[in-house]
Amino acid sequence: MPTPIGRDAVKRLLREGQAQLVEVLPADEYADEHLPGAINIPLKSLDRETTASLDLGRPVIVYCYDYQ
Amino acid sequence: MSPRAAWRLESIGFGRVYDYTAGKADWGSFGLPLEGQRPSTTRVGAYTRGDVPTCAPTDRLQEVCDRVEAAGWDTCFVVNAQRVVLGRLGRSALSARRDVTAEEAMSAGPSTVRPSFELDKACARMHTQNLTGLPVTRSDGVLLGLLRRAGSD
Repeated sequence: MPTPIGRDAVKRLLREGQAQLVEVLPADEYADEHLPGAINIPLKSLDRETTASLDLGRPVIVYCYDYQ
Repeated sequence: MSPRAAWRLESIGFGRVYDYTAGKADWGSFGLPLEGQRPSTTRVGAYTRGDVPTCAPTDRLQEVCDRVEAAGWDTCFVVNAQRVVLGRLGRSALSARRDVTAEEAMSAGPSTVRPSFELDKACARMHTQNLTGLPVTRSDGVLLGLLRRAGSD
C-alpha cells in the first residue's frame, strides 16, 4: 500500500540519496517547474516500459500539483 | 492524480512507494526551490524582503516604534514564538506611539501570499487594494518577509 508522505519526509528521503522522485503531471507542466531532481512520467503513460529506468529496490516518491 | 500513480507503481512491482499528495504547490508555498523553464523571478519569493521588523505580541509599542524607526522601516509584523503572523503594525499604529502592547495596537489577520504566488498577480492585488506591501508567509503561516510595492513594480 502506498505511504502518504509529507514535505519533511520528502526532504529527508532525498537528502539520504535513496529516493527516486517522479512527477506524474503532463510534460509541459513538468517543463514549467518541478522539484529538483525529479523525472517526469505522466500518469497516462505510467507503465512497465516507462518506469524501466527506475530501480525497483529503491523508494519512489510520486507527486503532482496538489491534492486534486 | 498522484494516488493513482502510486497504486500503479505498486502494481508494477515497486515495493516502497510514497505519495507526496500535497505536491509541488506545497513545496513552492514553503519557498523551496523548483527547477524548470518558468524563472523564479516571476514569483513573489524572489522579491521578498526577509529583514522586515517583527515583534512579540507582548512587546511595548513605544519600544517597537523606536526599533522599527531605527531600522528604517514603517511597518512591523507581530509574530508568535513560531514566527506565525498574528498581526501588523502599520504607519498609523507606529506613529501613534501609544502606551500599549503590540497586540493591542496591531491590525489582526493581514492578508498574506505564498512565495510561489505569481508576482504580477501580487502587484495587481496591491494596486487594486492600494497596499504598500504584502506579507509573504509559508502555508503554515510562518512569516518569510514582505513584498514591497515599490520593490516589485
